Amino acid sequence: MSGVLHDDYVPKTRGEKWVERRLPILSLLYGTLMIRTPRNLNWMWIWGIVLMFALISQIATGVVLAMHYTPHVDMAFASVEHIMRDVNGGHMLRYVHANGASLMFVAVYAHIFRNLYYGSYKTPREITYIIGILMFVLMMGIAFMGYVLPWGQMSFHGTSVITGLFGAIPFVGESIQTWLLGAGAVGQPALNRFFSLHFLLPFVLLGLTFVHVWAFHTTGNNNPTGVEVRRSSVAEAKADTVPFWPYFILKDFYALALVMAVFFAIVGFMPNYLGHPDNYIPANPLATPAHIVPEWYFLPFYAILRAFTGDVWVVMAVDWITFGIVDAKFFGVLAMFGAIIVMALAPWLDTSMVRSGRYRPMFKWWFALLLIDFVVLGWVGAMPAEGIYPYIALLGATYWFAYFLVILPLLGVIEKPVAPPVSIAADFAAHYDPQTGGTKQFAGSPAE
Amino acid sequence: MLRTLALGAAIALSAPAAFAAGEGEITDYAFPHEGPFGSFDTLQVQRGLQVYTEVCASCHGLSFVAFRNLSQPGGPELPEDQMRAYAEQYEVFDETLADGEGDFRPATPADRFPQSSLANAPDLSLMAKARAGFHGPYGTGLSQLFNGMGGPEYITSLLAGYEEPPACAPEDFEGYYNVAFAAGGFPEECVDEEGHHTVPGSWIAMPPPLSDDQVEFADGSPATVEAMSHDVSAFLMWAAEPHLNARKQAGLTGVLFLAVLAVLLYLTNKRVWAPVKAGGRPIGKDQHGV
Amino acid sequence: MSHTEAPQGTRRDFIYYATAGAGAVVAGAAVWPLVNQMNPTADVQALASIRVDVAGVAPGTQLTVLWQGKPVFIRARTEEEIAAAREVPLEELVDPQANNANLSNAESPATDENRALANPEGSDLPEGTWLVQMGVCTHLGCVPLGDSGDFGGWFCPCHGSHYDTSGRIRRGPAPRNLPVPVATFVDASTIQLG
Repeated sequence: MSGVLHDDYVPKTRGEKWVERRLPILSLLYGTLMIRTPRNLNWMWIWGIVLMFALISQIATGVVLAMHYTPHVDMAFASVEHIMRDVNGGHMLRYVHANGASLMFVAVYAHIFRNLYYGSYKTPREITYIIGILMFVLMMGIAFMGYVLPWGQMSFHGTSVITGLFGAIPFVGESIQTWLLGAGAVGQPALNRFFSLHFLLPFVLLGLTFVHVWAFHTTGNNNPTGVEVRRSSVAEAKADTVPFWPYFILKDFYALALVMAVFFAIVGFMPNYLGHPDNYIPANPLATPAHIVPEWYFLPFYAILRAFTGDVWVVMAVDWITFGIVDAKFFGVLAMFGAIIVMALAPWLDTSMVRSGRYRPMFKWWFALLLIDFVVLGWVGAMPAEGIYPYIALLGATYWFAYFLVILPLLGVIEKPVAPPVSIAADFAAHYDPQTGGTKQFAGSPAE
Repeated sequence: MLRTLALGAAIALSAPAAFAAGEGEITDYAFPHEGPFGSFDTLQVQRGLQVYTEVCASCHGLSFVAFRNLSQPGGPELPEDQMRAYAEQYEVFDETLADGEGDFRPATPADRFPQSSLANAPDLSLMAKARAGFHGPYGTGLSQLFNGMGGPEYITSLLAGYEEPPACAPEDFEGYYNVAFAAGGFPEECVDEEGHHTVPGSWIAMPPPLSDDQVEFADGSPATVEAMSHDVSAFLMWAAEPHLNARKQAGLTGVLFLAVLAVLLYLTNKRVWAPVKAGGRPIGKDQHGV
Repeated sequence: MSHTEAPQGTRRDFIYYATAGAGAVVAGAAVWPLVNQMNPTADVQALASIRVDVAGVAPGTQLTVLWQGKPVFIRARTEEEIAAAREVPLEELVDPQANNANLSNAESPATDENRALANPEGSDLPEGTWLVQMGVCTHLGCVPLGDSGDFGGWFCPCHGSHYDTSGRIRRGPAPRNLPVPVATFVDASTIQLG
């Protein structure tokens, strides 16, 4: 972690020296735990730890659930009921795992929007950001494949719909779809391979987590001011930072305990609230549920997928220009993946010289609108595609693209930012009055 | 979020006199197992078992529930001998008997309830969870959250929801009119020009299964259609979620413990940060010197 | 950490220890279900105990039932078989221990009384009629044949182990007496295994 100031590890005891000479793992751990971290990180910087914890919890519960689960079309549903009814504590393990997916997405969306507001994606943290987006996409894939496994009605028909998206790709779509499913339709081959991948990919995600952490430990954390830690002297660097242990680990653990308390209330008191009741009906290829709705965390992107119907002029124009290769269905698929791609391009689309949204008076409002847009998209994604809903979805999807492709580049040119504080230390001192021993100064309190 | 929900409600309520297709009348019955502290009422679940055995079981199965479950804590909690006697009423096919040819024998506690005997009668093991979403795609599930409405309310409303067919329906329309059932056949005569249904519910294939005093409860509880529906719904909720009591207890313990931990971590965190926030030097080794 | 500039050191330490302790308890409570789920599940446990109707087993005959994947011999012995088993001096036995899971003392001597199952209340059969034992040879796990062998009991055809009418090993490579599983009469004609 060369770029960031930290205390060097010096082995003291004989045991430490013995290990350190053979494998410098202690200094690696020390460097990771004692890394100097901007002292003004606010409560939106807790979600990374929540995500890491949730991922480990998902892997732990997932591995033990796999000991009782059977990936076979005739037995999958019954084996889940076996877990729910007969395995010791199995109902809690499964509910923690199923709701754990929701916890991860709550955390990842908070993490992503925190990053978008405070400009964490901007130089020099582009690689951290891109890896993060890759992890987000991987997470969606893992969640999707996990949802197939209980082999209920929503599992089955949801899989049919989502794998059908690949069928929309021109020329090769059907081959890709058949390759994914191992058959013409969702069945035993699909269930078995999704089980295998749902087991494997979380470990890949865990590996990417370390790369993600490595990347931002190289650049150092961003912080609410977006002002970099001063590097001109050790004294200044120390004034801007505190070591990660104990300060932020304790703070993160405190936040984690609160998040877990809410999470446990959901698991204990309403574990099926976020799931779809139809998934308690065994999969039946002959009867499709009246409304196929993905899990809540996919809804915003599902809304974008459905927003671009054949009667939208952009879609018609693209259809005409490409001689029908990009039809409405494929356009929808492109839009859904495009929504994530434009987000991934944010570091190069944002032209503002100021990093944090806190000092960008116009940006703040457009960002708030993006948040509302995301919620509206999620809501409209759960509605049937009829009446006024497709228009709301189209409006929402348009704003999503406009935010990244038009507003971010333009704002950097036309906006007049407020001057950020000279240093993190100054921001921190304004936040906590030294005279009163750590009481919050509301006048100087930054608008989070 | 709230604003968008209000918007949705306004759209949904724009035609108050008519019923959107696929809408039934569901009453929010109270059940003792609702809420964070709720648990099953043993006597009610036992009555529900009786209604299930005497009425529902002739067509419907309960194939995920084992007879031994009837004795486990947090359910009907039948005494061991009663549970064994109950199991022996059923015959199961055992393929290990008769030198591998298989033969029928009386069920033991380890066996499960039989499957449905009618092809179009669904298995009831998970019905109380599978029907929790009657609020449909227009709903946000908030009713489920705040009123605790779920599958048992739906099942009770359905069993007690048989009524005389409305005047608009033709005499020979197939099925039985039920105000709670939304997914069945519906005569065109009862649809107005805007496409809205003029009466709630629809026509269901299942004939009315219950009539007053059909079952005689040992504890002297009333056996009206509504009371029996209520009891059997509680039983089916237990059948769908046999560990509900244990789960709520675990949830409560977990929340309380995490709350205590959160308070302790808050205090620790506050103490550790206090010197830094007061403008002092952070603790920790400082080789470079400040 | 705690000894840096701590004017109210003990109170501060208490908070730290309490937090660490509570954290450890929460972590332990989170790990335990992951361990416990590997214990036998409720449906497996339900099969750990079965009931066998022995009304049709007359003295001199044997019923073989499958329990937890293994055969169990339930024999109603004749008076001659009981007498033969009880006459054997203990010092002639290869395995001096009863090998009976119903006895609290694992070292109990292998007398026939220590191996037979007590009669149900009101039974008119002679005491010691019922012998319940695992039908698995203690040598290499073959299933011994009944009413055979040099001692009138069981004979394992795989490697020639002879068991007497009390199921005790008398000659051959098998090291132990046939194990007696946990068994009781729950009524006049029903034995519960496990």
